[in-house]
Amino acid sequence: MPSSEESRRGKLKVYLGYAAGVGKTFQMLVDGKAAAQRGIDVVVAYFEPHTRPDTIALIQGLDALPHRKIEYRGRTFEEMDTDTVLRRKPQIALLDELAHTNIPGSERSKRWEDVQVLLDAGIEVWTTMNVQHIESLNDQIWQITGIQVRETVPDWVVRQAAEIVAVDVTPDALLNRLKRGAIYKPEMVQKALEGFFKGSNLGALRELTLRQAAHEVDLRQSAYDESSGFQVPRISEARPGGAPLDNEPKERILIHITADPSTAMIIRRGRRVADYLHADCTALYVHTTPEVSQLAAKERETVEKHLRFARGLQIETQILGGSDVAKTVVEFARRNQVTQIFVAHSQTRLRERLRGRNFAENIVRLAEDLQVTVVADRSHRSSS
Amino acid sequence: MRVSDLPKPSPERLLKQVQAEESKRWGARLKIFLGYAPGVGKSYRMLDEARRRRERGEDVVVGALQGRQSEEVHALAEKLEVIPPVNIAARQGIDVEAILHRTPQVCVIDPLAAENPLGSRNAHRWQDVQELLRNGISVLTSVNLLHVEEYGEKVQAITGKQTTETIPKSFLLAADDIVIVDIPTDLCLSRLGEKLTPIGISNSRERQLSELRELALLLTAEVVDAQLESYVHAHGIEPVFGTHERFLVCITPECNAIAMIESGKRNKERFQGELYVVYVRRPDASDDENAAIDSYLESARAAGATTEVLENRDPIEAINEFAREKRITQIFIGHGSHENWRDRLFGDPLLRLIRATEGIDVRVFPH
Repeated sequence: MPSSEESRRGKLKVYLGYAAGVGKTFQMLVDGKAAAQRGIDVVVAYFEPHTRPDTIALIQGLDALPHRKIEYRGRTFEEMDTDTVLRRKPQIALLDELAHTNIPGSERSKRWEDVQVLLDAGIEVWTTMNVQHIESLNDQIWQITGIQVRETVPDWVVRQAAEIVAVDVTPDALLNRLKRGAIYKPEMVQKALEGFFKGSNLGALRELTLRQAAHEVDLRQSAYDESSGFQVPRISEARPGGAPLDNEPKERILIHITADPSTAMIIRRGRRVADYLHADCTALYVHTTPEVSQLAAKERETVEKHLRFARGLQIETQILGGSDVAKTVVEFARRNQVTQIFVAHSQTRLRERLRGRNFAENIVRLAEDLQVTVVADRSHRSSS
Repeated sequence: MRVSDLPKPSPERLLKQVQAEESKRWGARLKIFLGYAPGVGKSYRMLDEARRRRERGEDVVVGALQGRQSEEVHALAEKLEVIPPVNIAARQGIDVEAILHRTPQVCVIDPLAAENPLGSRNAHRWQDVQELLRNGISVLTSVNLLHVEEYGEKVQAITGKQTTETIPKSFLLAADDIVIVDIPTDLCLSRLGEKLTPIGISNSRERQLSELRELALLLTAEVVDAQLESYVHAHGIEPVFGTHERFLVCITPECNAIAMIESGKRNKERFQGELYVVYVRRPDASDDENAAIDSYLESARAAGATTEVLENRDPIEAINEFAREKRITQIFIGHGSHENWRDRLFGDPLLRLIRATEGIDVRVFPH
């Protein structure tokens, strides 16, 4: 193989669904088989051992690579064997569950990190995930379903995918599959019916999936248009994504980071809004101690965790010192042509209100010349 | 159904009629398979579901089939009972009478958008479908985005393709179920006989298809959202927040309304969301202020917003109530005027709003 081919990064394709059982893996394997029949070298790098029988039947005829077995707390777990895939070097590797967290003792902690290694080696990767695992949707998912999802994938990982495919099925059909025992073992069904499969959850997750897929398709169009000079036909509303980008003012979003737990929430929300508005995004932490190192150990740890989290979502981070935090944030925003400041609003007790307002309110007051977005706490579910 | 025309009912037929009555009681269901272009595999998905339903014991017939079929679709259709079309004025139409007579539980109609021959009982095929549904027969049917009336112009602008065979969007919104058959554009093109390209958008033809794909995904999301809303109503549960971005711009005579509406419009477009612009009436507003508000509301409507004037002595309560009802996710509001003694006593209205609107982002705009 010529070296120029070897240096090319592999492409990523994500089959996006809204729950277990919608048919993501099935669709991926159908497409993978079709590709293999066209003479492309396709392997199954990882599939869930508990996969449904009709899906397993599809794997027949495809080269399924052995999994890696890892001992953990006296039990044996199976993970994708990234090294085996690298050695085998197929054109396309299929693997389930992009959001999966590897068992401790694995080389990398997340499957999406393993995927980066495969892509770097020039292997095309097709994988599956549910919408609720997208990092920036985490709080909305919590608000809608009352469930806090722990395994997440940073938005940029999904965005680097060359292709997103929405796998759609009606909630009724999905519930039928569940009740027929086609998705989970009988003892798991009741639990599912009380969780994501409850009431309006499936419909809401489905709508989010369709909108996310539409957004992803739109982003890829913009990228293509930019590189190719493609002109979108101009009739009223012919373009679903709205007016072209060039005649819009560029937005700059600043996220204010603190040690408060609500920070994760505003980072996610800021990231999401910035993505949709095609805005730059920066996060700022202000310490009131002369040096960051003088912070109490616990607070410093939390702040560092938040800064790492922001960087993990490809948000540039800044640290500044200042005795008046609100003033420092607002001045930084003015100096850096920020158009929107994102702050969290912690519920104020009456006592705090009498003493002088809470922080978000101070920023709103100080930044009279800027837009300030006070991000809602979505963990309080409206219906509960 | 004209019962007098039917032959003397056999016990079998009587049983079928009872079943049909039952399905009428339980509600015949309309399920639509939506695709963004020919070649995405709507017919296959639909006939495959028909086959599975038949295997599970449902009484399924095929009432209409596409003229041109792929081998796979043909093979699936062969496994099902087909009610042949009737010839009217040398053109083929669905034999509605024969289907009603046969009284299956489920009937496949592929495709949905077709003009019936002159002299048929209904002008459009979608009206035939309605007749089947009224008679307790569930329908599985397929439609291509091009044939949804409200999208015809857009699709034509993108692809140059035109059609006269359309169905109204309201028909989709009223369906019990809608499923989008979404496949990557490269696969779609290859099924239309073109060379398979790498994944991702590689040429202008794919770029056009991608545009249609986005529209079809959003249309499906809209139908799902409407279904969600009726589910919430039917079950008397709290509305679901946050599946869709909905912006509420609150204007006053002194706020920078034009900039706020402009930003609302941009956000609506970027998020594919909805935009509302409201004004809470002030009884003491001057003529000039009222005129300003009227012109703001005018430009809001021009920007595609739904506008409303709210009546409430407490503007915060008015906004909060409206926001809950419309499932708003972001409120845009202008910076309050300078603090006065009342604000100090009761709290600045802006800060009160931020405190009151739990679960909704509040974006404060400068003057």
